Amino acid sequence: MTRMKSKWLILFMVFGLLIAACGGSDTAEEAEVVEEAPAETLESPATTAAPTATAAPAGPTASVCMVYDIGGRGDLSFNDMAYAGLEKAVNDLGVDAQDLEPNEGGENRAELLSLCADDGKDVIIGVGFLFGDSITEVATAYPDVNFGIIDSVVEPANVSGMVFAEHEGSYLVGVAAALKTQTNKVGFIGGVEFPLIQKFEAGFVAGVKAVNPDIEIDIKYATVPPDFSGFSDPAKGKEIALAQYDAGADVIYHAAGGTGAGLFEAAKEVSESSGSKVWAIGVDSDQYNTVSAELQPYILTSMLKRVDVAVYLTIESVVNGTFAGGVTTYDLSVDGVGYSTSGGYVDDIVSQLEDYKSQIVSGAITVPDTP
Amino acid sequence: MIKYTTKILSFLTPLIALSTAVLICSFILNLIDQDPVETFKSMWEYGITGKSLVSILNRSVPLYISAVAVAVGFKMGLFNIGVEGQYLLGALLAAAFGSYMSLPPVLHVLLILVMASVSAGLWAAIAGYLKVKKGIHEVISTIMLNYIGTGTVAYLLAQVFFEKDEGDSLKVPQTNYLPESAMIPPLNKMLGIEDLPDLHGFLIGAIFIGVFYYWLIWKTSLGFDLRATGSNPVAAKFSGADPGRLIILAMVISGSIAGFVGMSGLTGYYHRYTIDFPSGLGFAGIGVALLGRNHPIGMALGAILISFLERSSQILDLKDVPKEIERIMQGIIILTVVVGYEIVRRFVLTQQIKEASKEVLDE
Repeated sequence: MTRMKSKWLILFMVFGLLIAACGGSDTAEEAEVVEEAPAETLESPATTAAPTATAAPAGPTASVCMVYDIGGRGDLSFNDMAYAGLEKAVNDLGVDAQDLEPNEGGENRAELLSLCADDGKDVIIGVGFLFGDSITEVATAYPDVNFGIIDSVVEPANVSGMVFAEHEGSYLVGVAAALKTQTNKVGFIGGVEFPLIQKFEAGFVAGVKAVNPDIEIDIKYATVPPDFSGFSDPAKGKEIALAQYDAGADVIYHAAGGTGAGLFEAAKEVSESSGSKVWAIGVDSDQYNTVSAELQPYILTSMLKRVDVAVYLTIESVVNGTFAGGVTTYDLSVDGVGYSTSGGYVDDIVSQLEDYKSQIVSGAITVPDTP
Repeated sequence: MIKYTTKILSFLTPLIALSTAVLICSFILNLIDQDPVETFKSMWEYGITGKSLVSILNRSVPLYISAVAVAVGFKMGLFNIGVEGQYLLGALLAAAFGSYMSLPPVLHVLLILVMASVSAGLWAAIAGYLKVKKGIHEVISTIMLNYIGTGTVAYLLAQVFFEKDEGDSLKVPQTNYLPESAMIPPLNKMLGIEDLPDLHGFLIGAIFIGVFYYWLIWKTSLGFDLRATGSNPVAAKFSGADPGRLIILAMVISGSIAGFVGMSGLTGYYHRYTIDFPSGLGFAGIGVALLGRNHPIGMALGAILISFLERSSQILDLKDVPKEIERIMQGIIILTVVVGYEIVRRFVLTQQIKEASKEVLDE
């Protein structure tokens, strides 16, 4: 009896493979045709006309595909900033956009990138340094397609690496923290302890010390690699923040993505229970605008990392036919990083902040990027 | 008569489960204003492209091995939830030491495989030992060992095996690359599909593991003892099987097989252990073992089905259909299959009792 069953199963498998094999060859040919499209569009700078027959019917100026980092949309920070840039490109440039999210482990990043490439997208953007390996692999396999990666630089010439001078922006919010602290103690919460986030730490520490070298800085990271949950763990963020406030800090800066939501809650809780106001500093986006109204009064400022600008400019360069691979650094001089003024809590120190900013831009101050 | 009905029923159950899943998902798709026919059609069309098939097979291999590892435990009533920690630990150690050694090609690969398998087996042995000597249930101990295992992996990766590179400030923790002698070449050339992405060579290893599993469980006396203990521990004990020895053996075998879960990816694609290294396969394997009823071919079909769903659902994002629908399908399929088999089992049991009592009465 068991033998009979196995026979059926084998038959079933063979049948399945047969169908599969037939389908396979057809679609492979189709894919090749589609791949041609982006190359042709690139050759003619006036892409707005969408002259190729194989390309999508007239309308969108270019097609964009964006694949998010783990955590995806809704982190009120990094990924949402990338989305903001994509949205702006859709509205202002009339591009056709598609955004995808990898699975929890992120193993299918490369597959999603090649899915977009097969679909004939003109530019494919990987949000986050974790795309380094997969974008190298896919960009090599699709040399005619344009790729972009945020926070990393990779070898293939058809990839535009968008990196930021996070230490410069962090320096400025460090200055703000130092000018605002009453207790001469501030805190830093990093998401995951590795070089990219240590850049934020280094800049922040340098900024604080520039104002007053005696200020004590309490530095904590949520997790260490390979555990990257430190970017999406608000409960842990709150726990760390409460401990830091409890130890006397009255301004805390976070570079921890979604984990930062816990910091804002802690700031509100501590302020209400102790009666004296403590501050939180946001990161990546202008977080004053992303939190609920009841948390807004506790957000002193945010270190802006204009991922949206980088994404928009990259897409624009594809639309204009000026896309180039290599590295683009978004620093203070091009307002790729900066600080936010929403809420008006730093209005009284803006002149000092601007003074430091101009010194960094002119090169009078060099901000360290490692702690 | 009973046997015949049973066979038909157990063959029909997976098909019924699949149809149920499709029906329920169609209903859900309708609720969110999506066309179910169009959705399943695009999933099917994308799922059977050459590239997808390669990806599906590559996904199936670790899933299948993980399922076999779980099934070895199931066969004697042991629930090894620790496959996750076992394979990650094995993969890290194999990747790290494999990158330090230089050996001739075939030997190098073998050594890596043995290292992964032995370290995972030893890790699993802890749970077996705890159960036999201290009476700690293996579900508890393997879950806890998962935490300790992944924590150990994190520590070893970041602090011991990771060579920091001062020039590259963005570098993330990872082991060094394996030398070429430690890589298993893809099967594409052999199969004449060079225009498709790499089909990992360890696919052959998975087939070997499947055959080994079949031989071990159904063709050896150890396998008989395992199955006997699984279906009736008391009777097995009286027939001379030593439960303590069997528990430890089963855990070690299960763990040793688990050690191979990460090997397809390590030797065929990643060539190093990095933060991207696939995790979660140990848990996914439990579902596949249930789907395939611990049968070597059943689990292979289960692994292929799950991989097909995962791969083909990727197209849904491009069609603006929420791809979470695939998750729902997976869940429904596994649930209905498990429930279906239970119904069949009860049906058969009552039939047997009826027939037996009839015979007794006739006498």
